Amino acid sequence: MISKKLKHDPYNLIITGVGGQGNVMSSRIIGNMLSSSGFYVTIGETFGASQRGGSVMSHVRVSSKNVLSPQIPLGMAHMVVSLEPVEAIRVLSSYGNPDVKVICNTQPTHPIGVISGRLDYPSQEKIEKSLKDLSSRTWLFNATNIAMGIGDPIFANIIMAGALSAAKELPLDKNNFKTSMETQFSADKIKQNLMAFDHGINMVNSQ
Amino acid sequence: MEKISCLMMGNQAIVRGAIEAGVKVAAGYPGTPSSEIIDTLSKTAPDIYTEWSVNEKVALEVAAAGSFAGLRSLAVMKQPGVNVAADFLMHLALSGTRAGMVLVAADDPGALSSINEGDTRLYSKLMGIPLLEPGNFQEALEMTKWAFELSEKLKSLVILRTVTRLSHASGNVITGEIKKEAKKAYFEFNGNMLDPLTGIVTTIPVSVKHSLQHEKLQQAGEIFESSVFNTYVGPENPELLIITSSICNLYAKEAVDVLNLDSKVAILKLGTTWPLPSKLIQACIQKTKQILFVEEIQPFVEENIKVLSAGFPDKFGPKAYFGKLSGHIPMTGELNPDLVIKSLEQIFTLELRAFSSSYKKKADKTLENCTPAREISFCPGCPHRASFFTINKVLKLDNRNGFTCGDIGCYSLGILPGGFSTIKTLHAMGSGTGLASGFGKLSQFGMDQPVISVCGDSTFFHSGIPPLVNAVHNESNLTMVILDNSGTAMTGFQPHPGLSTGTGGEPAPEVDIEQVCKAMGAATCICDPFDLKKTENILLELLKKKGVNVLILRQICTLSPEKKGKKYFNILIDEQKCKGEDCGCNRICTRIFSCPGLIWNKEKNKTMINDILCTGCGVCTQICPADAIKAKAC
Repeated sequence: MISKKLKHDPYNLIITGVGGQGNVMSSRIIGNMLSSSGFYVTIGETFGASQRGGSVMSHVRVSSKNVLSPQIPLGMAHMVVSLEPVEAIRVLSSYGNPDVKVICNTQPTHPIGVISGRLDYPSQEKIEKSLKDLSSRTWLFNATNIAMGIGDPIFANIIMAGALSAAKELPLDKNNFKTSMETQFSADKIKQNLMAFDHGINMVNSQ
Repeated sequence: MEKISCLMMGNQAIVRGAIEAGVKVAAGYPGTPSSEIIDTLSKTAPDIYTEWSVNEKVALEVAAAGSFAGLRSLAVMKQPGVNVAADFLMHLALSGTRAGMVLVAADDPGALSSINEGDTRLYSKLMGIPLLEPGNFQEALEMTKWAFELSEKLKSLVILRTVTRLSHASGNVITGEIKKEAKKAYFEFNGNMLDPLTGIVTTIPVSVKHSLQHEKLQQAGEIFESSVFNTYVGPENPELLIITSSICNLYAKEAVDVLNLDSKVAILKLGTTWPLPSKLIQACIQKTKQILFVEEIQPFVEENIKVLSAGFPDKFGPKAYFGKLSGHIPMTGELNPDLVIKSLEQIFTLELRAFSSSYKKKADKTLENCTPAREISFCPGCPHRASFFTINKVLKLDNRNGFTCGDIGCYSLGILPGGFSTIKTLHAMGSGTGLASGFGKLSQFGMDQPVISVCGDSTFFHSGIPPLVNAVHNESNLTMVILDNSGTAMTGFQPHPGLSTGTGGEPAPEVDIEQVCKAMGAATCICDPFDLKKTENILLELLKKKGVNVLILRQICTLSPEKKGKKYFNILIDEQKCKGEDCGCNRICTRIFSCPGLIWNKEKNKTMINDILCTGCGVCTQICPADAIKAKAC
């Protein structure tokens, strides 16, 4: 039995970033947390041939009724969690709407077009303004810097999961996360992951 | 949900289905989106013989041996692999199988991780093999399990066709019991020649076996008429009937939901798509006047149902058919709910779904002004970037308009600017060297361009050896560069015959690429691609030499489990020495080499190191003419 209610049914969450940032891991952890709470969860993602360094996106769909298509229809995302700032904008242009909410890591990963100087990477101010313009609520913070403090930039994905739980959009809590971690990781990894999750919660609660 | 379900990837559900069916032998060759199936089996089911075979044809043969010896068996491959296995596949379809045998073929509509858009379903028709297509995650498990029973009943191979969006998507799955049965493998061959279970296993006499195959197909068609995997959902007399299969089932459902058309539209989801359940289709089509086919890649169901309608004109009657052939569904690319929504809007002449157009306008403008494109490139510290940098440079230094024939692997990206647009032809596994062998024989027609082929280590074993033999024997002129990164990197570091580990990580005898090439008579040498100058000198010499030369560029993939995280060097910028745009180097490190581990800081007019991404390969230190990039030992 599902004791928790969804704000929207189905609830459409998109987790985006650059290949290699742990996007898939993040969607699996969130998906498992919701699935173990009794919801139907469908995760759509592409990975495989050299997605590393490219734009990647996971569609996480939650429902108390049924399994859904692994692709969210255009303009129908409720929440975008982004591990890279311009990727958030890219996703909003296809799946955003005036009510969408955004949690975004502000650490840029430059595309090779920017590294080579052919393209410009927007300023932090421009990104923040754009994201605020395109969403009803935005949480922005540098998750990569916090993750480096924990010991590895990869923890940014768990920090974002913690932030998502604190945004109270989906029925996710820390105990749920802990249980999910315990089925997948060794004890030493769990400690760092819980720390990362807490940092994410704090970032959202302080904004 | 009463029963406890768990979140499973489509591929994991297929694995679970095979385990529940009591599979004993599983073989495949890595290829997205199919690779997780053999990977998962090798890690979780030690009592099953699991094998990464040298290529898909051999995988199908290894699995068939299991079936012939009385063990349920599974072969797994992506769609282009079915092409590789096709010769044996056609003969296997004709000879028949014994214990249940299933071929899982993973198609990639939209070519998300492929360089073609093949549709395995046509092989079913071409070769007369029963075909199943799971329409959701639960079915991926149940259909796989049932496929073994069906195969055993018909004594025919069964194809289970999955697609990327099912294989790599995850959903809730309720698992069943695992069949535990000890089986002794034994190949019986002393019975009557024509006895399928005790005689010899072959396709001859062809006339007899071909007739038998048609009987099996007919039997499959009858079984499919009442299959639980074919479902009809919707009103009794719908204005429109959607006929769909595979993951498109979920797109069709979503489209009907979004447009609130459930009182007008019914969905016939077919799980058994060859042979088609003719009577079931007739009965459903009689309920309506309009039909929309929703399927990916080829109009397979659409065309074959139209063939059925010609055979039963009084049962089918005049209908309006919509689908790929009418232009309501795109002929190419993958589908999604929006494309089905669009075709329904067109058929029902609905107003286009209302988006906030002001939002869309604003978002598109932001996208244009604020979102630099993210081209795919090699990873930071990838040995292929160093290899292609040198190959490209050497071809320019050689100055005879030489070119490179590409092959399948991460290094296919050598065709893009991130690989310096080095690759000029790109086709199937092994084709680079086959093409080079051909180009290398054209001197009698005046061709004087040197030819290089690139080939990965796993690809070398898969299909790189025959064209090399061909080149040697036919005295072609080419330089084959084997980009040996010690694993099948693109698909997740599966082992191959050149490594000393087997499928499950156990020690295995390695086949030495260098010795193989030398034994063929090719002049062979090895170099580390991270040593730019040495590689350049060797390659420049090889291009001048006649005959077949092999250069093995050996450097482990930066992401490989053995290497991951370990830096060779700490890389630092000497800001006094880096003059940026004023150096005269044309910013070779960032503008040309473009490793994602570098940052171009426009304000400072200097190159910087991205400490998060840099893997410390040290290659950029060798290309800086100002000696501004320094490598310090870790």
